[in-house]
Amino acid sequence: MTVLADLTFSAVALSAVYFLAASGLSLIYGLMDVLNFAHGLFMTLGAYAAWDLTTHLTSTLSAPLNFAVGVVAAILAGAVVAGLTELWLIRPLYGRPISQILVTIGLDLAAVGLLLGGFGSNSLSMPVPLWLFEATHWGSLNLPNADFVALIAGVVVLVGLEWFLRRTRYGIIIRAGVENRDMVRALGVDVGRAFTLVFVLGGAMAGLAGLLNSVVFSGDLVSPLQGDGLLIFAFIVVVIGGLGSIRGSAVAALLVGVVQDFSNYYLGTHPGMAEIGNLSVVLLLAVVLEWRPRGLFGGTL
Amino acid sequence: MSTAIDITDLHVTIGGSHILQGVSLQVASGEVVALLGRNGVGKTTTLRALMGLVPRSGAVRVGDQDVTRWPPHRIARLGVAYVPEDRDVFSALTVGENLRLAEQVAAPNYDGVYELFPELRQRTRQRAGTLSGGQQQMVAVARALLNEWPVLVVDEPSKGLAPRLVSELTDVLARVSATTTMLVVEQNLAVVRRLAQRVVVLDHGVVVHLGPVADLEDAGLMRQLLGVSA
Ligand SMILES: Nc1ncnc2c1ncn2[C@@H]1O[C@H](COP(=O)(O)OP(=O)(O)OP(=O)(O)O)[C@@H](O)[C@H]1O
Ligand SMILES: [Mg+2]
Repeated sequence: MTVLADLTFSAVALSAVYFLAASGLSLIYGLMDVLNFAHGLFMTLGAYAAWDLTTHLTSTLSAPLNFAVGVVAAILAGAVVAGLTELWLIRPLYGRPISQILVTIGLDLAAVGLLLGGFGSNSLSMPVPLWLFEATHWGSLNLPNADFVALIAGVVVLVGLEWFLRRTRYGIIIRAGVENRDMVRALGVDVGRAFTLVFVLGGAMAGLAGLLNSVVFSGDLVSPLQGDGLLIFAFIVVVIGGLGSIRGSAVAALLVGVVQDFSNYYLGTHPGMAEIGNLSVVLLLAVVLEWRPRGLFGGTL
Repeated sequence: MSTAIDITDLHVTIGGSHILQGVSLQVASGEVVALLGRNGVGKTTTLRALMGLVPRSGAVRVGDQDVTRWPPHRIARLGVAYVPEDRDVFSALTVGENLRLAEQVAAPNYDGVYELFPELRQRTRQRAGTLSGGQQQMVAVARALLNEWPVLVVDEPSKGLAPRLVSELTDVLARVSATTTMLVVEQNLAVVRRLAQRVVVLDHGVVVHLGPVADLEDAGLMRQLLGVSA
């Protein structure tokens, strides 16, 4: 029972990171038809921005404050880079979705190459408060604090995003645009601004996902290829949830996180089964698509 | 009388097919013009080209602006409201959100819109996707009337509606036409007779007839142009 509860908790924390990585990807695709392969880069850059700031500029701050600076840096770095990507690379290619996809792949390859050249391929260690390594004991349960942080971040972003999409004018524009971009334009709305906005939002969430991925699952290590590794799962979450659906991303992230963690725990220790978690996720994808080709929430926000 | 819409030699090619092959038509300010033609001759494409929704060549002027190269949102903001062929209400949005999305002026005329469609007032929180076809058409028209823009472009308002709804909607459009320039595509000739002063007939991507609405009474001409008996 305790094992089950502990395992569920860590699976949900993993799901939270997947959700953060996937929701922006899903919004960008839903609104703009752009499969954003640079999303992994936004995650990686978020983690590097946090690492750079917390190990250099603000390393003399108290550990919790320094970590808070890292979180803000990751979010801002993701948002700024994503916003500039939209303005400089995506915008000139409006109406040419294939070129847009190719340019995001190119950007990702080039920037990851630069990171490898600049920082080396070795992982760098991020300073984090010791508290994150500890666990909160609750009865017989043993809940890692880092997982709490991921979980809270995921819930806050989910609630905030839902609020934004439902209550603000830009949120309504985005939901409407996912359904029928041309009609939004014909009502006199400049959808281009919403395009930049979803990139900025998606980038912010990706930056945060990149940092949490390092802190929660990679032993505080930051590496140039981490985002692209996470991106694969983010894409799977988006496809399972249904392109363009935030709720779909949330539900799919839970499914993927739970399936992955549980199969790793129960089967992964057998010889030759080290990859069983990833394999299970791919199987899950296949099953869902067989049953619902447009994903669980395909088509609606 | 000044010209509200001036389309000259409009060409549209989509996916290799040359759909509009030099359409020219004018709508004077305050006038209601009906665009007629058999299925698939390019009526919807003409309206979409006017709104900037498809790549086009030739010249499209709205008021004194050449909008040929403008994006749709700028054309709309000149004061051109659009009701598309299949309503295109946003089904995942509520009625209220559909209307809110259409707000483009400081004081949108909600009172006027709810007076024309009292039913919508009770349904502001209902998802538009769960409305009947007639109610969806009300949302689409309400969306277009909210800003009280001077020009209204409507594509087959009566399509798929029950006769009672057709006459209600025609009443609304007739009231609106007193203060609004209109270009309306419509297959229902009774509706055309009530609304329009002039008719323009398209065939295979070109204008084949222009004339007063009284031309609809020329049965021989209508059979030849539309393949219907009027
Ligand atoms: N996106 C598109 N791609 C390819 N062909 C198209 C497209 N849109 C329209 N067409 C073709 O262009 C022609 C004109 O279509 P359009 O919808 O403008 O006709 P219409 O006069 O409005 O017809 P209807 O009375 O059926 O509404 C048709 O043959 C149609 O098949
Ligand atoms: Mg049509």
